[in-house]
Formats: sequence, structure tokens, C-alpha cells
Amino acid sequence: MKKIEAIIKPFKLEEVKDALSEVGIEGMTVTEVKGFGRQKGHTEIYRGSEYTVDFLPKIKLEAVVADSRLDAAVAAIVKAAKTGKIGDGKVFVSKVDDAFRIRTEEKGDQAI
Amino acid sequence: MKKLFSFLFLVAVMSCGICPVFASNTPAPAPTPTLEQRVSSLEAYINNGDPSSGLKDTNGNIPTGLTTPTVGVPGPGHNAWMMASAALVLFMTLPGLFLFYGGLVRRKNILSVVAQCFALAGLVTILWVVFGYSTVFAGSGGDNIGKEDIIKGVVGSYSANAMLKDVTSAPNTNYAYWVSQNVFSMYQLMFAIITPALILGAIAERLKFSAMLLFMTLWMVIVYFPLAHMVWGVNGMMNGVWNAKASIHAIDFAGGTVVHMSSGWSALILCLILGKRQGFPREPMPPHSMVLCAIGTGMLWVGWYGFNAGSAVAADAVAANAFMTTTIATAVASFVWPMAEWRFRGKPSVLGFCSGAVAGLVVITPACGFVTAGGALVIGVFAGLIPWFFCWKVKGWFGYDDALDTFGVHAVGGTVGALLTGFLARTSANSNLKLNLADYVKDSLMQPLVWEQLKAIGVTLALAIVGTIIIAFIVKAVVGLRPSEEAESIGLDLAEHGEEGYHSEGTI
Repeated sequence: MKKIEAIIKPFKLEEVKDALSEVGIEGMTVTEVKGFGRQKGHTEIYRGSEYTVDFLPKIKLEAVVADSRLDAAVAAIVKAAKTGKIGDGKVFVSKVDDAFRIRTEEKGDQAI
Repeated sequence: MKKLFSFLFLVAVMSCGICPVFASNTPAPAPTPTLEQRVSSLEAYINNGDPSSGLKDTNGNIPTGLTTPTVGVPGPGHNAWMMASAALVLFMTLPGLFLFYGGLVRRKNILSVVAQCFALAGLVTILWVVFGYSTVFAGSGGDNIGKEDIIKGVVGSYSANAMLKDVTSAPNTNYAYWVSQNVFSMYQLMFAIITPALILGAIAERLKFSAMLLFMTLWMVIVYFPLAHMVWGVNGMMNGVWNAKASIHAIDFAGGTVVHMSSGWSALILCLILGKRQGFPREPMPPHSMVLCAIGTGMLWVGWYGFNAGSAVAADAVAANAFMTTTIATAVASFVWPMAEWRFRGKPSVLGFCSGAVAGLVVITPACGFVTAGGALVIGVFAGLIPWFFCWKVKGWFGYDDALDTFGVHAVGGTVGALLTGFLARTSANSNLKLNLADYVKDSLMQPLVWEQLKAIGVTLALAIVGTIIIAFIVKAVVGLRPSEEAESIGLDLAEHGEEGYHSEGTI
């Protein structure tokens, strides 16, 4: 079982969600986040004052998937979220020890 | 309807029956006006003139007791416009100004701006009723004083209309033939409310509430009331239009010197004495809501029609001209400012549109009743460029923390407006300029009025700057000016008012 954390451009969320559904990923959690990588922030000007805004709005998408689906899921995210320009985001993968579905008390791969 | 008519008929018959009884008791019956005299009184209503002028005999005196039914009463049309105008000017402060300023502060200080504006509405009304109106507008039109008695040219009477004594629905013909004096006094009150509120922009986010109340009380008494009297009082020393014996023959239609220069320059001085906000200019302090700021700007623009066109104190030709010039100058300035940004900074900003609109309104204020459409166009261009340059460059050069640019917009704009009024005032826009200013308004660019305007600018600057320095140090000694560092950093909303403007969603 693996957890995928993808930081993507907000306007790419719909495409990424559809791409994940196509490869059979049925659940995910999405959060509006702010951050920066190589893209850095932008400048805002209010009359004579100039402010640098470091943190840009991004979407963090989290999904836990069975090991067998990992490669397809990551490929789907990368393909759908890519614009080729700086600021497209990143995908992180980590191990998950176990999972439980609260309603049915199923565990492991059955629960995701 | 029939019942109403028969009732009115009955009342008419009864009063006719009663009248002769009283009349027979009076020793000498009052002279009856002729039909011509009654018509001339009525015509005066249409022309916003003196309804009693047709009653004068060959020596210019009105025979004892001679009057018409339209003498000493308000005219419905003029009165209606002035009540609407008064409400519009209040709307500029509540909520126009507090949204315009409130949007520009950080979210932790929005309510402090709202509280300060509301507090001023109450505080200034009390001062106005007790003696403020009297010190600004009391004084007889018959004994214009000017140079002979400088004191009366500077302040009116502290007692004549104190507690609004004798301020009734009858017009005060020193100021308007057809507008109730109580309406006039409330209209002028709205100006007295918004003027100190403008100062709040420079000192936003860091002035203690108690210090604000004490400062504004003293400022109204020492700076605003005398200045308003000098410019608008019937025997004011700078009332060039109506006071033939004025020491300075300056003109200021709706408050370029009284409202915008006085508040703007005082704001600069107070913000220098007060010091910079914690973290300025290191920490970013962007507006927390440009949407609120833009809404407030729209309200200011709408309300300003009451401010400018209403300053004719009648629904007459002068008001109509002011309505037009206000629109032209504001629209042009609100366009020029962001275009200048676009050219020199890369993008036309919403704050640029908003600032341009307010700057246009400020600069046209002293001129609106005196200039033509062409003059308004010129004023709009200057209004879009000069305050913009001050906010963009000059503020950075000197490094003062005029938080919301009260100085850049109101002091600079008011001063530019007062000066441009001198260049651009034309008798074709306002024939009243021929009354006492024939030697000053020559319908040319370099007319002598320019010099008079410069003198008025000088007096206003001196009063605002010296007055504010003295008041600020008094307040500093008595209650102190700044909140504690902790209060400033958690925000004045929570620290001074125990409330928050916004509660974030989803807090557990």
C-alpha cells in the first residue's frame, strides 16, 4: 500500500481527478495549500508599495493505492498535471502500513 | 378623495370666518402685497432668489408688515434636494469611507476603522449641536466685517446658535433663500463628520481609540470650525464669493481647503508625530480586501454628488453645473491614474481606478461650482497624475508611513484643486463670481484670483500644520497616542474593541 501526495496547479485538478478515475482510483482527498518551489512567488503592487508574495496557491491531492496500481496512478497524475512550465508541482510516494474502512471494518487493500 | 376635499373646504370656510375676528383686533392692518409682488416672490423660488426683493420700495426698504406667503418659508424643491444631499454626504462616511479605508487595512484592523468612523459621526454631531454650527455659520450678513474685525472673520459666534437655538425650518437667508436652516445645519454637519474621518487614513492601524477621540475633539474646535467659518461663514475672511469685505478673496465651492487640505495636511503631521506602523516597511501590509475598497469607492463617488452639487445649497443652475463637472473630472481621473500605472508600472490596478476616482473627486471639489466642462476635463487629468505621482514616488522618497495615502490623495489633491480653481474659475459657469469678485475673476488663466487662492492655501496650511502639532502633543501628554506593542500586533479590532471582523470557517 502506498500513499501518493501530489502538489499540482489548482486549474489542473479536474483533469487529474478524471485521469485517476480512468485508472481505477476511486477515492482521494484534496486540500487547498500554499507553497513555493523553484517557481518562487510573485509581486503585488498597491500604489507606491510593492510586496513579494512567496507562497502561491496550489492543490494537494492525497490518495492511498494498492502497490499494483501505483505506477499507473503516478503516470496518470504526471500526464494530466503537466503543462511543461515552471510550477507544475511534484508527486511524493510513501509507504502506508495499514488501512481500515470504518463502516465495514475491512482492512488492508480491501479498505481502500 | 371627495371626503378630503369637503373637509378641506370646511377648514377653509372656518378659517375665513375666524381670520376677520383677529384682524379686527389689530390696530393697523398689515399692507397687502400686490399680485405682482406675490408673483415676484414665487418667481424668486424658481430662480433661487430673494423672495422679498420685490417688496422693496423706491428707497430699498420693505414697508413694515409687508410680506407674501412665500417669504420666510422653505421652497419644497430646494429643501428636498438638500435633504437628499445631506443623506448622500453621510453615506460617504457611513459606509463609503469606512469600506474604502477598511478594505485597505489588514484584516485585524478593519473594525477599528468602522468604529472610528461611527464614533466621529456621534462625537462631531454633539460638538456641532452644542456650539459648532454656531461658530461656523452664526453672524449677520448685514455687518460684513473682514479686515475691520479679524476675529469675527475667523470664528463665528459661540453663543448665537448654540444648542441650535433659532435653527428652525425657516431659511437662514445668509446662506439660502429657500432651504430650511435645520436642513442646512444638518447638511453642513455631514461635512464636519467626514473631514476628520479622512484623517483616519494616514494614522490607520496604530492610533489608540481614546487618543483619536481627544485629538478629533480638539481638532474640530481649533482647526475645522474656524477654517469652515473663514471660507463659508457669511462674514468669513476668505469667503470671496459672498463677503465683499473679505481679507482674502478666495473661492472654495465644496471644501478643497476646508475639507481636503485641512484633513490631508493634518494627517501628514499626525502620522509623522505618531510614527510608523510596527514592521513598516519591512513586513508586507497589502490591502486585506480590494473588493471592499472598490465598493467603498463607488459609494464615495455617488455620495459626492450630494457633497459637490449640494454645495449650491439649492437645486439651481449652479448645482447642475457642479453635477456635470464632478462627473467629468472624476471619470477622467479614475481613467488616467490606472493608465499612468499601466505605462510606468506594467499593469492597471483596481486600486489605481479607485484612487483615481477619489483623487478626481477631491480635486474638483473646490472648483465644481465655478468651472466649465472643459475646465473639469483639465482638472481630471491633473487629478489623475499629480496625486498618483505623490503616492508612487514621493512617499517612497521620504519614507513616511501615510498608511492609506490620505496625504497623497487629499492634501495634494486639495491643494492642486484650490490652485486650479484659481486658474479655471469662469463667470460663464457661475454668474455669482461677478458679484464681489469682478476684480479677481477675469475669465483668463492668469487672473488675479490665482494669487488669492495661493493666500488661502497658505492660511489653510498654517492653521492645519500648527494646529495639529499643538493638538498632537497635548494628546500625547494626556492619554498617549499609540496602543501597546502587543495591542498593535494582535490588531486593534480585538485589542480595542473586543471583536473580530472575520471568523475563519471550520474552526473547531
